[in-house]
Amino acid sequence: MLRLEKRPQPSRAWVVLSPILAVILTMIVGGILFAMLGANPFEAIRTIFWDPIFSEQFSGFTRPQLLVKAGPLILIAIGLSIGFKAGIWNIGAEGQYIMGAICGAAAGLALYPSDSVLLFPLMLVAGALGGWAWAMIPAILKTKLGTNEILVSLMLVYVAETILASAASGFLRNPEGMGFPGSRNFKEWDAVYNGELIAGTGMHWGVVAAFIAVIAAYVLLSRHIQGFNIRLTGEAPRAARFAGVNPSRIVILCLGISGALAGLAGFFEVTGPAGQITIDFNAGYGFTAIIVAFLGRLNPIGILLAGLLMALTYIGGELAQLMLGVPGAAIQLFQGMLLFFLLATDVFTNFRLRLAKKEAV
Amino acid sequence: MDDTLLSIQGLTKAYPGVVANDDVSFDIRKGEIHALLGENGAGKSTLVKMIYGLVGPDRGTMTLDGNAFAPPKPSVARQAGVAMVFQHFSLFDALSVAENVALGMENPPKPRDLAARISEVSEQYGLPLDPSREVASLSAGERQRVEIIRCLLQDPRLLIMDEPTSVLTPQEVDILFETLRKLKSEGTSILYISHKLEEIRALCDHASILRHGKNVGTCTPSETSAREMAEMMVGSSFATPKARDVTLGEVVLTVDNLTLPALDGIGTPLRGISFELRKGEVLGIGGVAGNGQDELLMALSGERLSDPGMVHFQGKDVSRQGPGERRLPGLLSAPEERLGHAAAPDMSLTENGVLTAGKRAGLVKNGFIDWAKSRLFAEDVIEKFDVRTPGPNVAARALSGGNLQKYVVGREIVQKPELLVINQPTWGVDAAAAAAIRQALLDLAHGGAAILVISQDLDELMEISDRFGALNEGRLSTPRPVQGLDMEQIGLMMGGAHDMEAAHAAT
Repeated sequence: MLRLEKRPQPSRAWVVLSPILAVILTMIVGGILFAMLGANPFEAIRTIFWDPIFSEQFSGFTRPQLLVKAGPLILIAIGLSIGFKAGIWNIGAEGQYIMGAICGAAAGLALYPSDSVLLFPLMLVAGALGGWAWAMIPAILKTKLGTNEILVSLMLVYVAETILASAASGFLRNPEGMGFPGSRNFKEWDAVYNGELIAGTGMHWGVVAAFIAVIAAYVLLSRHIQGFNIRLTGEAPRAARFAGVNPSRIVILCLGISGALAGLAGFFEVTGPAGQITIDFNAGYGFTAIIVAFLGRLNPIGILLAGLLMALTYIGGELAQLMLGVPGAAIQLFQGMLLFFLLATDVFTNFRLRLAKKEAV
Repeated sequence: MDDTLLSIQGLTKAYPGVVANDDVSFDIRKGEIHALLGENGAGKSTLVKMIYGLVGPDRGTMTLDGNAFAPPKPSVARQAGVAMVFQHFSLFDALSVAENVALGMENPPKPRDLAARISEVSEQYGLPLDPSREVASLSAGERQRVEIIRCLLQDPRLLIMDEPTSVLTPQEVDILFETLRKLKSEGTSILYISHKLEEIRALCDHASILRHGKNVGTCTPSETSAREMAEMMVGSSFATPKARDVTLGEVVLTVDNLTLPALDGIGTPLRGISFELRKGEVLGIGGVAGNGQDELLMALSGERLSDPGMVHFQGKDVSRQGPGERRLPGLLSAPEERLGHAAAPDMSLTENGVLTAGKRAGLVKNGFIDWAKSRLFAEDVIEKFDVRTPGPNVAARALSGGNLQKYVVGREIVQKPELLVINQPTWGVDAAAAAAIRQALLDLAHGGAAILVISQDLDELMEISDRFGALNEGRLSTPRPVQGLDMEQIGLMMGGAHDMEAAHAAT
């Protein structure tokens, strides 16, 4: 009989090993999946993990995409991880991302066609506030009425999607767009366009913000007393209260940070790679960021790497669809597997497997 | 010997470090209510678990109806006719009464038949209960009835009840007693576990008294005074407190009519607690567990806020201040539960040092934690209090209970408190470490700090306290100097006579 035994201390080796093992297991099972779909598994894995960066044929286009996709994922996941550390489950980053994009875009479009240098910072603040305000709804409901933030934040995603549709076809629609839904395109408005900072890298202000967020989160969690209180709340709520931590304040703080960062991600996306508010503007970054946060062990550096890896599977997945005819759902399954295996291997951080004799009762 | 149902001979059970039961023998007759009396930790639960087949004895035998009886598991005990109502109910809130009863049965009958049986039994024994009601809507007393009926459906010959009245209102207690007397008149034996003397005198035919795992005597409660039983239960072994050379300073803590509702409906409310504590004084608070000890600590530490004016520290009203604000001027506390309350299990000792010492020991500056200094602080505690651990980076949960206790107590003492509130300072700590902790508390008091010790160990309280009070159902008896106290007064305070007036009257 195999038996799980709790370790006296969390294993440091397994904290690092479990994501690596999860990636390997995902490749194996994913390979079997692709083989059953009729694709060559080795080719499929290579197309997903290798070709986007190194293939001569595609990398010119796909390599910059890596940072474009990883930027918002990392930015959102950093915010989420801070809440997850405290046991506050913001599942609605997608909604906060949408609201950040709408508010940021709206602040700019209201002043169109100004070319003030202050416009971009103003829109940035508006975007962050939009995401923050959307996250404050579950935060206040939780602290005042004891509602579950998972449900409230998740349902607000669908509300935000509806507002997005109405913005694209209504109050933010391009007056010169001949009636088509969608806002003015920021790519044609130099004063606020969030383009590539270095040509051919995909690096835009959102990616810079993501790197800053990684460093800030690292400092917060490892050095600052608020970060300590956040971790303490997640590890032992009663001890946190004993230490003098106000649980409501932690809820407001964590949801606020994650909402604002998701809002920022939305703002950078709408002014940059996406270029405009459209009905299908959101691409699921808010949900994928949850996987990124866990894949990165809720650790800022881990999230940075996980965000890049996840972006790779996105781009590689698209490439595999294009080149090998693998269905899109298989790619999503592949990403889901990654989280599944991560959670499974994570058990070994706190437990070890023991061969046990059947105990005499 | 014909009328003996269960005979226990020389049962012994040792756990690492403690002998829970030491050569315990007594008989339970058919159709009697037999009390098992003792303080917390006296070994009552272990003994009952052996009878019910949850643990096996190291030595000793039992006979049931003259036949050897050694149940390897509870289902065997149940088949032999032994049923048990636990102190903590195991019921599913979302299910109905009948569904809950069916879950506990080996071969449940059809739901409709079962409902009829439940109604029948509940009427027969005067325990009103509707089988179709959802358990979530039941009071504690009604839930207990579900458990009792679950047992009665098995037609037990011996019914074990573990502190059944601790969750009941006085009216519900009356109903329960009627039921138990009726069962007794039908020939069912009942083993009744309690530490409430008056109840036992009213209900039980015989009582066996456990102290430190030993059976110290069997008596007939109706013919024995509460005082005698209390003496047997508590023992008169503790050292007579010697006069300490105490110079009392000004008042540090004033608690005035502290009243708090029970937290989330469970736990004990605090009812009108008032006392003063001076510099250099040690106030010991005794009482059986669950009578408001945790609640009192949380109200003083600041984890629960009280109405303005109820708690004054150094002349300032701190009733509305949280733990952090109270700690800064020197009101420190150490809760009973080490893992999860006093310390975060998965965090290192250094991090657990920051948990309470962050501001007061200057480990946090401008919001940033000085980890090097925090590590030194943890090492200081580890060294001064002889905490056995490889180092301050070890997670709190990796330490043994006693070592962690030394750490969490030391963590507060090293911060030089003006007032230390401490619950169960030496619970689960070996004798040498316990002596060290007590000495540290005395030294602290000698240095001018005020100390409030909440404990269930009377010997400990008598050894270190200047004054003593007992908590009972959230009320605190007026604290009195330890030297003036005799066994009788303490026994009565502990055993359920609520006020000191009763003790006065008896003196």
